[in-house]
Amino acid sequence: MDRESSTATSSKEAAPHWRIEAEQVTFAYLTRESKTPKFSLGPMTLAARAGQFAALLGANGSGKSTALRLLSGSLKPLAGHVRLEGVEVSELLVRERAQRIALVGQESTLAFPMLVWEYVLQGRYPYNRRMHFESSEDCSCASRALEDVGASHLSSRWISELSGGEKQRVVLARALAQQPALLLLDEPTQHLDISARVELMRTLWKLSRSSNRTVIIVTHELNLAAGFCDQVALLHHGKFLGSGTPREVYRREILEEAFEAPLEVQCGADGMPRVVIHNRPDVDIAGIAGSQTSARSGEEFLTVI
Amino acid sequence: MQPPMTLRRVLGVCGILAAVLLAVVVISLRLGAYPISVQNIVLTLTRGAFGQRAQVPSDDWLVIFGLRMPRIALGIAVGASLSVAGASFQALLRNPLADPYVLGISSGAALGAILSLVVSPHAGVGMQVAAFAGAGLTTLAVYFLGRRGGQLDSATLLLAGIVAASFLSAIIMFLMTTLGGRDLRGMAFWLMGDLSTTPAIPLGALFLILGVTLGTIYATAPDLNLIVTGEEEARHLGVNVSRIKLVVYVGASVLTGLAVSVSGSIGYVGLLVPHVMRMLFGSDYRLLIPAAAIGGAIAIVVADTLARTVIAPTELPVGAMTALAGAPVFIYLLRRRSS
Repeated sequence: MDRESSTATSSKEAAPHWRIEAEQVTFAYLTRESKTPKFSLGPMTLAARAGQFAALLGANGSGKSTALRLLSGSLKPLAGHVRLEGVEVSELLVRERAQRIALVGQESTLAFPMLVWEYVLQGRYPYNRRMHFESSEDCSCASRALEDVGASHLSSRWISELSGGEKQRVVLARALAQQPALLLLDEPTQHLDISARVELMRTLWKLSRSSNRTVIIVTHELNLAAGFCDQVALLHHGKFLGSGTPREVYRREILEEAFEAPLEVQCGADGMPRVVIHNRPDVDIAGIAGSQTSARSGEEFLTVI
Repeated sequence: MQPPMTLRRVLGVCGILAAVLLAVVVISLRLGAYPISVQNIVLTLTRGAFGQRAQVPSDDWLVIFGLRMPRIALGIAVGASLSVAGASFQALLRNPLADPYVLGISSGAALGAILSLVVSPHAGVGMQVAAFAGAGLTTLAVYFLGRRGGQLDSATLLLAGIVAASFLSAIIMFLMTTLGGRDLRGMAFWLMGDLSTTPAIPLGALFLILGVTLGTIYATAPDLNLIVTGEEEARHLGVNVSRIKLVVYVGASVLTGLAVSVSGSIGYVGLLVPHVMRMLFGSDYRLLIPAAAIGGAIAIVVADTLARTVIAPTELPVGAMTALAGAPVFIYLLRRRSS
């Protein structure tokens, strides 16, 4: 995600250079009693190209999910613009938007039993008339989506019988059945074990490359994002602390401020940054935010996966 | 891979269920104090359908079209209404235990109908409108009482429904006791349900309202399929969730009000029938709604036939029969859900 994007496409006449672009976007949740915002986000200026895999990073409550919803068009910004291939997202009809942007939210429970195949076919909803039955084209599209996430063998299973990793793949397949240009995922690796997390990130990376789709995820898993994402943006209390490639953004002082934890950035064997956390109980975590401390040589570290 | 639901499958299942309903109707027409053979019933129905009244013995005609058929038709309308209302509330509240009776919505409709009788005993369709208003207001109240921390909580919702039902039933009993001299029908009618009273509203009008409301709810079936998997997900897939919820909420309240105003509070049909249909044919609302409508009609016709024949010549309220079957199923579902 490149911050300079705003200059590249600030004028409406300019050809749509970015797949998704947020320009000076602000948002606030207001409490009912007063007009003081409970939480405010922005200004956010980000952009991503077709085929890029990007991540919004930050601690819990930093505003990552809000930023993702602003990009999806399901939240309307207080000010600023969110454009998908040059078109204002809020001006798209709901169904039109669903054909171009898919948002996979955090885990939700099903009220009634449902087969994987039925669930994935729901992704074709934006393409169909009001009272419709799925066509063979819908079926082949859903079938391809299941293949793309390596879940074809699950199609006749009940969703309630799936493991966390399998369920996440099926949810992703439903989003792919929408054939979106922009795929947004809110904490997709939550509740997954390490192998399932890595496998899912690999799938998302492949999806971005193979079909020229832009994939943006929300996560707080720094090393997974560094390993797979082309671009990252770091949020802290609704403010953007940095954006760019993981190598550009992963600096100790910025990460410590964002996560309010004693962190260290090392260089992995593959040349990618690797973030480790101090394993010392005497480190004053509360005091870290804002005040940068000197290098801590010889201390123990834990790798943050 | 094949599509999970096709128009052919919907029509096939509905055709089979309609055949079962027809068989149940013929059996119901056969049973009663006046003996009449199945052959005569089929002949009378066929000739009636072709307008050949002169060729039917007048006693047979009177028993079938004058006495038994109107009651069966009323049962069909009530069963279809309650069952589809139940399936609709289950989707709206994303809760398989939702049912107009369990949630107190039937009691709200009954109170509305009684109040309209108190204010204006001969208001005609006014009673249906009042019952609809009672159902709608109770749904709203239960919905808001059933929320915890801004989220709809399954257990709280059921408790809110139970509290609403007992509170509204107490008001109904109070009104029936204090206004005993007025023509308000019996307490058993409003609290247990009964199909023996001829409704003030013509059957044609009843079926017209039923048809329009069922059609309106059915048009939202693809949207309901998505709403039951999660409202936010449905919104992202392009469903206008607020509009669909409003349409289905009004529709389900109309159906509950309609059923209660002509038959009192018949319980558990809205719970039992959609559940059985889900077990048999899956949870897709494109099939579930018509299957639940015909299944509900079958259930009520069977229950009412049993209610008027098991201890003949004395009749049981039809609600007693549905509760006998429905209450154990409700407990079974509740236990299965909590485990």
